Amino acid sequence: MKRASLFWLQLAVTLLTCAFVTVPILLSLTAGVTEDYRLGLASGLTLRWVEKVALEYGDTILRSIGLAIACLSVTLVIGVPLAYALARSGQRWTRWVEELLMLPVAIPGLATALALISAYGTWSGLRTSSLFILIGHVLFTLPFMVRSVLAVLTAIDLKTLEEGAASLGAGPWRRFTSIALPNARGGILAGSLMVVTLSVGEFNMTWLLHTPFTKTLPVGLADAYASLRLEVASAYTLLFLLLILPLLLGLQWAAKRLESRP
Amino acid sequence: MALPFSLQNRLVLVGFIAPALILLGAFFLLPLGHLLLVGASGPQGIATYGAILTNQAYLWSLGQTLLVSAATTAITLLIAGIVGLFLQRNRFPGRGLLLALLTFPLAFPGVVVGFMVIMLAGRQGLIGQVSLWLTDEKLVFAYSMAGLLMGYVYFSIPRTLLTVIAAAEKLDPKLEEAARSLGASTARVTWDVVIPGLKPALISSGALCFATAMGAFGTAFTLATRINVLPMVIYTEFTLQANMALAAALSLVLGLVTWGVLALARTVAGASVAAGA
Repeated sequence: MKRASLFWLQLAVTLLTCAFVTVPILLSLTAGVTEDYRLGLASGLTLRWVEKVALEYGDTILRSIGLAIACLSVTLVIGVPLAYALARSGQRWTRWVEELLMLPVAIPGLATALALISAYGTWSGLRTSSLFILIGHVLFTLPFMVRSVLAVLTAIDLKTLEEGAASLGAGPWRRFTSIALPNARGGILAGSLMVVTLSVGEFNMTWLLHTPFTKTLPVGLADAYASLRLEVASAYTLLFLLLILPLLLGLQWAAKRLESRP
Repeated sequence: MALPFSLQNRLVLVGFIAPALILLGAFFLLPLGHLLLVGASGPQGIATYGAILTNQAYLWSLGQTLLVSAATTAITLLIAGIVGLFLQRNRFPGRGLLLALLTFPLAFPGVVVGFMVIMLAGRQGLIGQVSLWLTDEKLVFAYSMAGLLMGYVYFSIPRTLLTVIAAAEKLDPKLEEAARSLGASTARVTWDVVIPGLKPALISSGALCFATAMGAFGTAFTLATRINVLPMVIYTEFTLQANMALAAALSLVLGLVTWGVLALARTVAGASVAAGA
């Protein structure tokens, strides 16, 4: 009896939490396609808010997608070899590199952004380009790529595999491309999805790093929340959710795939 | 056979590590060092750092930030602990859907979370409508400390939940069975067996909640609260007052506190793992 009531109590907490998380999302989705939210659904459904956002803020969405792709490319090129090197050498200094790598995540984005502005803000060519934002995004997402790949590489017996290849005459580059890369596929995929998701949603740093000509999606969202009517802000949120939904589903799928591997 | 650490091998490894180190050095360590100097470049010089710690307003702001972060951590751990254990222990139809819904906001930036709080507790929010209908009084708290706290909890639940579930899966069910067979009550088993088992996960995810709440900016920005959490103060000093020195000094203090909490938690969590093994 007592354990049964405990079950129901826990279920109630779980359902309430789920409602807390999902109800505002549903409200926002509804508001984004409602003619007048104060009057409710009775005022009719419309796509004109979504259209308005797509027209006026379409560039922020495109810029965010472009930044995410650029950020992914950089973290792949820099992060995957780094993870491999960290997995291979396994010496004490690698701990320090990992520690350094995690610092931009541990320190608030606001501080990192201020630091970047204080050091490079006067280089006007850099300050006004999207490259400035890209630097911030790479700092913030790189550790997620490295950790994801490193986790997979340390789980397999990389050393034995490489010794085998080396004894057959494969050089270091060959061993990296033909042993490490194929084995790390799962980690690279999971890391990539994570990097893209984080880059698309990054706000703390981007808000300080952006200029009126380099607004990203979350920056545009903040603008809309501050100054536009609720329906438009909701329609904008709706577009954002549509953009990250496939990324999230991909992340969950990748996590399951990694788990189910022996 | 040990892999020969030939010169070629070493060169490749160095070549693999160098780009990341150059990037971090040029765009993170160097700017941070510069920020440290900027913080000391104001009219008060290096004393700016000391002035922060004696200024009533900044201390009050730091205190509020610490308080709201601590409350976020406690509430999130409680909710995520109950829900996580429940979802890990029980298999029922709809469980997968519940988990998917609960972790859906994982990728929401702080600004969007702020908007979710407005949808619930803002001027046109659901809570306001319901309370108006029930009591003739409109309950609106999105733009207060309570709204901010709600947003931070919303932000932290998905991540913490995933960590709790992953940790609960690794618990040895035999320990609980043994405790039960010795006559321990459910509360006793939870307190003496389950919670100690989850402790490292709770500490590390709690520290992460705390650190993100300390540095979070988007949610407070969207809610446009008049609560002066430290990130908002830094932002105001930087943009409205154009006081770069103070903004720099404050953000370094904030960064140091946040990093310190994370480092401390890792040491404690690491120690409790070692003690448990």
